[in-house]
Amino acid sequence: MSIAARFELAWPGFALDVDLDLPGKGVTALFGPSGSGKTTCLRAIAGLERGARGRLEVNGEVWQDDARGVFLPTHRRALGYVFQDAALFPHLSVRGNLDYGRRRVAARERRVQPAAAIELLGIGALLDRLPENLSGGEKSRVAMARALLTSPRLLLMDEPLAALDHPRKQEILPYLEKLHDELEIPILYVSHAPDEVARLADHLVVLQGGRALAAGPLGETLARLDLPIRLGEDAGVVIDAVIAERDAWHLARVEFPGGSLWVRDGGQPAGHRVRVRILARDVSLAHSRGEDSSALNALPAKVVAVADDTHPATAMVRLDAGASPLIARVTKRSVAALGVREGMELWARIKAVAVIG
Amino acid sequence: MHPADIDAIWLTVKLATLTTLLLLVAGTPLAWWLARGGGRLKSVVEALVTLPLFLPPTVLGFYLLVLLGPQGPFGRLTQALGLGLLPFTFAGLIVASMVYSLPFVVQPLQQAFAAIGARPLEAAATLRASPIDAFFSVTLPLARPGFATAAILGFAHTVGEFGVVLMIGGNIPGKTQVLSMAIYNHVETLEYDNAHWLAGGMLLFSFLVLLSLNLFRRGRAA
Repeated sequence: MSIAARFELAWPGFALDVDLDLPGKGVTALFGPSGSGKTTCLRAIAGLERGARGRLEVNGEVWQDDARGVFLPTHRRALGYVFQDAALFPHLSVRGNLDYGRRRVAARERRVQPAAAIELLGIGALLDRLPENLSGGEKSRVAMARALLTSPRLLLMDEPLAALDHPRKQEILPYLEKLHDELEIPILYVSHAPDEVARLADHLVVLQGGRALAAGPLGETLARLDLPIRLGEDAGVVIDAVIAERDAWHLARVEFPGGSLWVRDGGQPAGHRVRVRILARDVSLAHSRGEDSSALNALPAKVVAVADDTHPATAMVRLDAGASPLIARVTKRSVAALGVREGMELWARIKAVAVIG
Repeated sequence: MHPADIDAIWLTVKLATLTTLLLLVAGTPLAWWLARGGGRLKSVVEALVTLPLFLPPTVLGFYLLVLLGPQGPFGRLTQALGLGLLPFTFAGLIVASMVYSLPFVVQPLQQAFAAIGARPLEAAATLRASPIDAFFSVTLPLARPGFATAAILGFAHTVGEFGVVLMIGGNIPGKTQVLSMAIYNHVETLEYDNAHWLAGGMLLFSFLVLLSLNLFRRGRAA
């Protein structure tokens, strides 16, 4: 189960040249500034960019191989595409829009049922409305349901939240998380918004100037020291964890493969999956666990690498806390004082952990 | 009313209806091709389509007469096909009217297609619609106002033609004598009363057509 996409395209002033090997499940974020080729890459995968030459294989099916003259036109690729502007058909009701794709899929290939998609995206009350009478958030949700109802083998989403204001985004994000948790369909998600990537992605591809700077599982890619990937205010990592217990101090303990952390109790019950973010600047290093410190969280970790930071006074330290990568920004003086070097076992004291979803 | 006038009205309605229908069928792919980029020949074809707007109808009629006549290439073709010669027949009038009214049908369609843009068709393709399927299920419904405008303009313009039908159709009562010609005959023979009936009717008709077109457009915009 995987997606292999190699594309080349040259326009005046822009060239796309990517060779991606992506997992066939979960959410892969294509992340980068505008003009980095994210959308072009997505359109090439959809077959909407006829100038993009290369090869595309989705879970064992070859959709395009220009060297062999194979090019499946868009309507013969089993994909769903959610456009930035939703692109609902204005002459059809919400129901008509939902039926449009579904009717064109052979009955035996319809795996997603309308009732399930309508429920998942909460659009049951909108079915008889025309797109012109929907809010931006409602349009996005209808567009997602419409794409899902073709039972795609790959779901492509081009910044489905970019046109929405902050409250609308917050309204849609839970639906996207549900898509992620409840569907088996791999999702390619284009975004330039760090918070969306941190919340939704399992796998990250960082694009710049039409090339892939980095690609890999989210935690590892964020912890790479050779590229400054900032999701939000600073470099940091994202860890998937499960709520283990809640205490009387309004804290909750979350567990992940590298240990456990105390976080502010967000009200989720034990067993609930959460995602936490730890910024490099909130991680300090010590030889002891430090019971005398106000920092609640300390994880045993092994130093993987030490690299220069943007300022000569600081260094970035890549650690492994069990199976989970961490990065710490510490002064070079501390690196020297602690004798930090590759392979060393240390304690990572963590000042702040943010629960992001 | 004069019996010949009734014939002329009937003939005009028949001519305008058939011309409009045929133009909608033939003009749609042409307008689509022009709206979707049209390739290298686009400028040339666009100029040819627009030509009837600028040429005096007599020039158009004259060349059509030559082309369709016994020595003209199309005349030879229709004769070889056993269709005989088109000038001075109703079929000839239809061919001439189609050329004459072509821009009035193609341009609104082309604008309507261009206004739809590529996005709805891309969305249709990602929803498994083949290009032909998408044309009928998305483009046609979205271009409906363009089709209405094209049909009204094509019909009204065909009703109003004179120079081209005079050149290609002659002025044969009951066969090629259309309204504008009948009015001309009445004026020539100083039958002003009869001319008034027909001319006044045409005036009213044209006014109503333009009025309804405006109301229709405003209704769409509201």
